[in-house]
Amino acid sequence: MNAARPRIAVVTFPGSNDDRDALLALEALGAIGVPVWHGDDRLPDVAAVVLPGGFSYGDYLRCGAIARFSPALRAVSAFAAEGGLVLGICNGFQILCEAGLLPGTLRPNASLAFICRDVVLRIERTDTPFTAGCSAGQRLTIPIKHGEGCWFADADLLAELEARRQIVLRYEDNPNGAIADVAAVCNERGNVMGLMPHPEHAVDPLVGSTDGALILGSLVEAARASSDRRAAAAVS
Amino acid sequence: MRATVLVRPKPGILDPQGEAVETSLRHLGFSVGEARVGRVVDLEVSELDPAAARAEVERMCEQLLTNPLIESYEIELGP
Repeated sequence: MNAARPRIAVVTFPGSNDDRDALLALEALGAIGVPVWHGDDRLPDVAAVVLPGGFSYGDYLRCGAIARFSPALRAVSAFAAEGGLVLGICNGFQILCEAGLLPGTLRPNASLAFICRDVVLRIERTDTPFTAGCSAGQRLTIPIKHGEGCWFADADLLAELEARRQIVLRYEDNPNGAIADVAAVCNERGNVMGLMPHPEHAVDPLVGSTDGALILGSLVEAARASSDRRAAAAVS
Repeated sequence: MRATVLVRPKPGILDPQGEAVETSLRHLGFSVGEARVGRVVDLEVSELDPAAARAEVERMCEQLLTNPLIESYEIELGP
């Protein structure tokens, strides 16, 4: 394995508030975190992109509805279309759904309450760049903190997603009313994933669980492999 | 031309906000069946032709004002 540290972008929107935690977590797991501002219309040379949690553009209209029109997101869409790795966490997940990069949408929690606590997640697939470091059926403890995390898809869409195995994580004890206990979905190609729980808040034993490192560590390894492939292609 | 867009949660979509309003109205002693909560967007559009204005507002609804997966909309054009 190449020991080079892969470069991973974290996009900051006005109202993002987990961007620095995401950068810190990625650095701790062996990546170089590269901050990107929402007004930047092109991405720096990176092997992956993280859209962090927060309340982009004040969550006006619908969560993520305004952020999807930012210059940075156009660049992220192009990056994803070329097969680039994109992970959306919480508000980042909401933005990816609004942008049409992920299926479904996030609605207000069934309880209408903002929920901030650890939840237990079940790994549904380990053949994605975001879960390759996990074992099949493994349970992870990772915190959630959201008011609008109730993932929704109609029956037809859900059946399609289940058939294509696009549900990556499910809640053991559904906290927000999400259809089919969905906590994370990926696109058909598998290079874009969104999840409501916050792996970046679960990488240091000081704050409890370190299970988030399995998700972000998988992303760092996949980004490293992608950087190595590109470097090899450039040499040959 | 003025345009008003009424955005509603689609039938069958869980509307916890509507349920909370319904419960509160009952607590106040009102007799209500179902309550659903949507959103109103008032717009001033520069297009003067009603058909063209409606078509333009429809495009706004599809691209930004609503999420077609969970919301329906109705457009009212004013003077």
